[in-house]
Amino acid sequence: MSNRNMMPLFEVFVRGKRGLDHIHVGSLHAHDAEQALEYARDTYIRRGEGVSIWVVESKHIHASQESDAQAFYDPMDDKPYRHATYYTLPDGVDNM
Amino acid sequence: MSDIGLYARRLGDDALILGQRLCEWCSNAPVLEEDLALANTALDYLGRARLLLSYAGSFDGKSEDELAYLRGEREFENLLLMELPNGDFAFSMARQYLLDVYEGGFFAALAQSSDEQLAAIAGKAAKEVAYHLRRSAEWLRRLGLGTDESNARTQAALDELWGYTAELFEMDALEERLAAAGVAVDRRALEADWRAQVTRAITEAGLQVPETAWSVRGGREGVHTEYLGHLLSELQYLQRAHPGLSW
Repeated sequence: MSNRNMMPLFEVFVRGKRGLDHIHVGSLHAHDAEQALEYARDTYIRRGEGVSIWVVESKHIHASQESDAQAFYDPMDDKPYRHATYYTLPDGVDNM
Repeated sequence: MSDIGLYARRLGDDALILGQRLCEWCSNAPVLEEDLALANTALDYLGRARLLLSYAGSFDGKSEDELAYLRGEREFENLLLMELPNGDFAFSMARQYLLDVYEGGFFAALAQSSDEQLAAIAGKAAKEVAYHLRRSAEWLRRLGLGTDESNARTQAALDELWGYTAELFEMDALEERLAAAGVAVDRRALEADWRAQVTRAITEAGLQVPETAWSVRGGREGVHTEYLGHLLSELQYLQRAHPGLSW
């Protein structure tokens, strides 16, 4: 596996059935995007798990950082009014 | 055995022997992803071998296992290309490319066979081959246009393989009879397209079409290279040592 470092890393997303979303299933190394699609086919859908594949080079994904967690996520914990269930519907509204 | 049974058997031999060769890559490929891809390809061939050998056996009451495990090397009629040792990765991929182009034409034609069973097996095989070709064509290009070493190794592979390709397009009496009846593929008719497609791809990959003066043949007559016996000894060991053993 010595030449692995010459092959960029790709993230693989698979759509299980028509109408569903693409779901991240894992990652793999490939020389280019075309080969990444083929390796994704041979690695992740060999038992018929999908009908569509996306691959994207991992370096193009910008991810939130663990160190940002306090600023990013904690402020959401105390804002129940952002949920529809927080509100009491007027009696006149039947179907919503 | 009937002509059709014999024909199905030799096509099954092609698939079984190359499938066994490709299995040897399992755990030995350059990277994990390629290992899985090669194993998938090998399994496509084994699946095809099972269909064809089962069909062949149905003509005289033999099972696919009897045909795969209990025949000697002179009774196998696979093309010689299938049994050649894997060599390096370039050799295996160059062989795969040459065969994938051949099989693309072959199974498209066999899908039109007047024998419904062979036509159905060919229809399934054609889809698999389309994918194999996509992969091997990319590898030929990648290796040819890669480094000096990958180019040299791929060129050496093509030079060595070339003498075995003549056999792909030769007919014997059995296939002549079946082709006349609309059952078998006239393999001579596949050569011009094969040569044009392969020549274009080899040239675009920065490689030279070999000008090999020699060619060998014999697979369809059961006359093989020294390598088939060794392959069969591994393939058949379990059934020979423990007759009738099943999973």
